[in-house]
Amino acid sequence: MSEPILEVNHLKKYFDIRGGIFGKKVGAVKAVDDVSFTVNEGEILGIVGESGCGKSTTGKALLRLIEPTEGEVKFNDQDITQVNSEEMRKLRRDMQIIFQDPYASLNPRHTVEKIVAEPLLVHGMTNAKERKERVKELLEIVGLRAYHASRYPHQFSGGQRQRIGIARALANNPKLIVCDEPVSALDVSVQSQILNLMSDLRDQFNLTYLFIAHDLSVVKHISDRVGVMYLGRMVELADKDELYENPKHPYTQALLSAVPVADPDETGERIILQGDVPSPSNPPSGCPFHTRCPQAMDICQEVTPTFQDHSDQHYVACHLYE
Amino acid sequence: MSDTILELNNLHTHFFTDSGEIPAVDGVSFHVNKGEVVGVVGESGCGKSVTSLSVMQLVPSPPGRIVSGEINFKGENLAFASEKRMRQIRGNEIAMIFQEPMTSLDPLYSIGNQLVEAIRMHNKSSKKEARLKAIEMLDLVGIPRASEVVDEFPHQLSGGMRQRVMIAMAMACDPELLIADEPTTALDVTIQAQILDLMRDLNKEKDTGILLITHDLGVVAEMCDRVVVMYAGQVVEEGTVREILKDPKHPYTKGLIRSLPNLHEKEQKLYSIPGTVPKVTMNSVGCRFAPRCEYAFDRCFSENPALYETEDNRYARCFLYDNFEEQEVATHVGTDSRS
Ligand SMILES: Nc1ncnc2c1ncn2[C@@H]1O[C@H](COP(=O)(O)OP(=O)(O)OP(=O)(O)O)[C@@H](O)[C@H]1O
Ligand SMILES: Nc1ncnc2c1ncn2[C@@H]1O[C@H](COP(=O)(O)OP(=O)(O)OP(=O)(O)O)[C@@H](O)[C@H]1O
Ligand code: SF4
Ligand code: SF4
Ligand SMILES: [Mg+2]
Ligand SMILES: [Mg+2]
Repeated sequence: MSEPILEVNHLKKYFDIRGGIFGKKVGAVKAVDDVSFTVNEGEILGIVGESGCGKSTTGKALLRLIEPTEGEVKFNDQDITQVNSEEMRKLRRDMQIIFQDPYASLNPRHTVEKIVAEPLLVHGMTNAKERKERVKELLEIVGLRAYHASRYPHQFSGGQRQRIGIARALANNPKLIVCDEPVSALDVSVQSQILNLMSDLRDQFNLTYLFIAHDLSVVKHISDRVGVMYLGRMVELADKDELYENPKHPYTQALLSAVPVADPDETGERIILQGDVPSPSNPPSGCPFHTRCPQAMDICQEVTPTFQDHSDQHYVACHLYE
Repeated sequence: MSDTILELNNLHTHFFTDSGEIPAVDGVSFHVNKGEVVGVVGESGCGKSVTSLSVMQLVPSPPGRIVSGEINFKGENLAFASEKRMRQIRGNEIAMIFQEPMTSLDPLYSIGNQLVEAIRMHNKSSKKEARLKAIEMLDLVGIPRASEVVDEFPHQLSGGMRQRVMIAMAMACDPELLIADEPTTALDVTIQAQILDLMRDLNKEKDTGILLITHDLGVVAEMCDRVVVMYAGQVVEEGTVREILKDPKHPYTKGLIRSLPNLHEKEQKLYSIPGTVPKVTMNSVGCRFAPRCEYAFDRCFSENPALYETEDNRYARCFLYDNFEEQEVATHVGTDSRS
């Protein structure tokens, strides 16, 4: 068993809601509300959940791209929420992020050369020739060609742009990469190219990924373990085969049964949930899922279930298992 | 053939841009029968939306225009119908729902206002009756607090609720054909399941034909009777859901299905089709899939394939199925014999 590279304890991120003429605080969006998990070195931890459940906020708070409200984020045993900005800058070498929208995350006025070289410069590679060499090497690693370096982002397809984003993230040999929906905007045939590339890179460079997505098949394919979020909370986390074959939380069960499978013989019963996801600014009392849970009990409206190891590293937050 | 409600015949819709003429829909033929759900699948930019917009005559013009072909709706060719005629058809006999419902809901009018208008276009009811009907329909499509939501505005609703309102509108006009362009792509899976359920009810209860445009083969498996596969502006093959998903003929369809990560399989490496979808111009020669096709041979780069009949009576736009004796037959069936 490998060592945890990242340990997240009771992470919270609340966004203030301001209103009135004086912009007084009138409430808070509990985007991430008491989330704990670990990521082991060299593993891919998938995070799934519906829109607005706090996946991206979790990913960004881990890198302090947004400041956590509360909680601890230990990277190689060091609590990075406590370090100063200079130390944080150095740590960012080891912790990278790739975004969903390759269009928006690349500066359209910069050449690929400049985009990929930027993190090298920031982290002290001052020799221009060396940088050029490294950019060339990186482009080849992600399946692009050296001559692409002089082109601009708009000259590439969506999949190629995602490759540029990956090259940039790899520039300084990071240890951990937060991948926020890296293939969600891509077509199926291109998506599989990028997923394969990311798996290969993990093996080649012993990378660790936190892989965020809303597509359950994609997450299953690439991850070793998978966590499920709902309304700012982690509700279940387990080894991927265990989670997909033996989901325990009623939300995970509904989520999995709702995925349409491209097989006309697959006529599994589906659980159709009623209603919409409640607002994270006013989450339900007790278990956040009780307003839609087909198995809700009286206790669920009052007491928030704790996220605990049910058996063999299978974590669930649900009163059915307490 | 009396139960065919929509039949596209060799439809060409092109865009006339500064960088030239783009044959976005390049000789597309297929049909939808009464009460049938037909899926159109294919990757981004292959012409799915332009095909459906053509049926409604909603292609942005300029730069786009139907150049030739037929769109037979219950025996009437709509391809060059007047705007007046189209206004009678749209939201009446043919309803359309889009990926982003905001584009078809008027932000300035309450949900109720918009529904009442749709209902009153169909039966002469008083405003009061129509309002009650509107609330009933919102309830029917699973909108909680329907009697309050009826007075709310589109921006106050979530994406899933807006899409349900669109379906309520479509139901209000009791169309014979519903065109749904990626109706659930922007929604979460649990909400998607609700919306697909609603569409299925509409299809079963009212025998509404549905043309469902999607890039999600899972949604296709769940909803469709037949499937049309498009690539770069052309239909490359067509068949029942089972035929297409279980026994695809065209190399593109084969690759697409193999590229899907599967919830139930434990494969290590995903299959992937190399390269990306090409930009098609008027001068494109050869099979459009050739640069990415693992079966490609010389002919694929110099000639345009027609739809050829396979040994089990299906059709695929691929030279692998071209049997020289039958070529003459095949070119007749083929919808695109331009060179
Ligand atoms: N800067 C912000 N200010 C206020 N609220 C925010 C901010 N960023 C995110 N939120 C809110 O926090 C919640 C979680 O958002 P987040 O982007 O983390 O969700 P997500 O799971 O990544 O969703 P998606 O799948 O749509 O990307 C949402 O309700 C969102 O509206
Ligand atoms: N307004 C426009 N101007 C010029 N060309 C256009 C315009 N709209 C569409 N096209 C062309 O038509 C082609 C087909 O577009 P269409 O929107 O039908 O694709 P699609 O299959 O619906 O893709 P998606 O899955 O991304 O919705 C595009 O590749 C583009 O070349
Ligand atoms: S705690 Fe109760 S409401 Fe929450 S998921 Fe479990 S059974 Fe359902
Ligand atoms: S015609 Fe040739 S290139 Fe096109 S799909 Fe068939 S084998 Fe492949
Ligand atoms: Mg997000
Ligand atoms: Mg489209």
